[in-house]
Amino acid sequence: MNPPWSVIFFTTLIGAGQGLFVALFAVDAWSAFQGRVLLTQEFVAVSTGAALILVGAGLCASFFHLGRPGRAWRAAAMWRTSWLSREVIALPVFMVLLAAYGVLHWFGRPRPALAAGALAIVACLALFLCTAMIYACLKFLQEWHTPLTLANFTALGCASGLTAAAALASWCAPTLSYSYAAAALAVGALAYLLRITALARNARLRPKSTLETAIGVKNPKIRQIAQGAMGGSFNTREFFHGRPREVVRAARWILLVLIFPVPAVLMIFRPTSATVLFVAFVIQYLGLLAERWYFFAEAKHPQNLYYQAIS
Amino acid sequence: MTKQLALVIDLNVCVGCHACVTSCKEWNDGGTAGPLSDQNPYGKDPSGTFFNRVQTFEVGVFPDTDTVHFPKSCLHCEDPPCVPVCPTGASYKRAEDGIVLVDYDKCIGCNYCSWACPYGAREIDEKQKVMKKCTLCVDRIYDELLPPQDRRPACVMACPTNARLFGDVHDPDSDVSKAMRERGGYALMPEWETKPANHYLPRKIVKSVDPDRT
Repeated sequence: MNPPWSVIFFTTLIGAGQGLFVALFAVDAWSAFQGRVLLTQEFVAVSTGAALILVGAGLCASFFHLGRPGRAWRAAAMWRTSWLSREVIALPVFMVLLAAYGVLHWFGRPRPALAAGALAIVACLALFLCTAMIYACLKFLQEWHTPLTLANFTALGCASGLTAAAALASWCAPTLSYSYAAAALAVGALAYLLRITALARNARLRPKSTLETAIGVKNPKIRQIAQGAMGGSFNTREFFHGRPREVVRAARWILLVLIFPVPAVLMIFRPTSATVLFVAFVIQYLGLLAERWYFFAEAKHPQNLYYQAIS
Repeated sequence: MTKQLALVIDLNVCVGCHACVTSCKEWNDGGTAGPLSDQNPYGKDPSGTFFNRVQTFEVGVFPDTDTVHFPKSCLHCEDPPCVPVCPTGASYKRAEDGIVLVDYDKCIGCNYCSWACPYGAREIDEKQKVMKKCTLCVDRIYDELLPPQDRRPACVMACPTNARLFGDVHDPDSDVSKAMRERGGYALMPEWETKPANHYLPRKIVKSVDPDRT
């Protein structure tokens, strides 16, 4: 597939925003359970605001994917069958509940805030599910058709959100930054292992479709000699990234180094420095851009069998 | 049983002349599907939206090769994977005749249906920014102002070798059903269980006679 930048930014930004809220609400729920106050009002406000900005920026990026953004409201119609439609509903619901959670906290109403936060968590997890299933439900995109897609979207989102939480905490809630950095390391390590598992799985895939099944001629020796157009088409632009193998390999190395090892080293050595943790978040986010680019680039669409040679 | 209109394409007689491609483009550039925009049509990298393309494959190893001309358009699957994924309902399969269509007024141009089609049958119109695909000339086959013999898809009308048959594949007595039954009509990429309505008739192997020996 040709990686669409709008979707790369969309999925990584909302993932980080969702993860940041998960990190925030986990501590909020834990402190309510313990009957202690662990979160400062300031930290809740800053984190909720940051999560809203991340998710909102993702939402803006998603509009650039549409040919007709003015009709985007129509996309809520087919929620019975389409994961994309479900995502279009889950995203604004999550944003509204997230905003309600932040506002209720700001006005000193911790119990209603907790209730709104619990609903927001449900919407947040539903959003992770919808976003991942958009890709995982396409059975002939074998690289995507695996539960690992859902695991990766969720774990990587939570990992980057926890890194963001650690950075924000070291700035305005220093007592929490150490715990958040530790959690970011643990979840980051898990997400890293899951991503490597997916890479290993996809490296072993055998494509189910071949030129034989594509044109229905039984002969292992088939070669295309014309694709019906000389100057390319939607089919060659949308489904081929057109980059040399070295670029794809470089993207894999960048993601393998940046999504966990570099931020981990930074967090281990300076777990309380706001600057270092912020840099760790940015580096991890850049790694996630490479990760999502590679996610698209490695997926081989069966339609590509029909577009192997121009003439 | 409900009706399922479809094309059955005879690979024995397709000569790869692209008459179906140009005829399709000509008809569907106007009418309900039009315009079908082109980009840079007379320039260095011409490109455009087409519902139908003819591709060519070489089968076998030289000197024992077959050149297979292979027309490819939307297969109007009986279980179309492109339809349920559409978030707006713009993509739909008609209950009355099984044609898979796009409502251009509802399409938001998200491209998701094209990702969900294993055959690459859908193409975005770069000017109108909506997804387009073969309509089986739905604005032609029911047009009672046309003489009955012209109520067929433009590609079928244009084919000089009659390689394209059109009809109801659910009606066992139709020409297309008979051709499929008698000549081993097959579907593309059966592994994805999309149940394409369009079928292809396989090449019959014909040994050529060496004039020097007879």
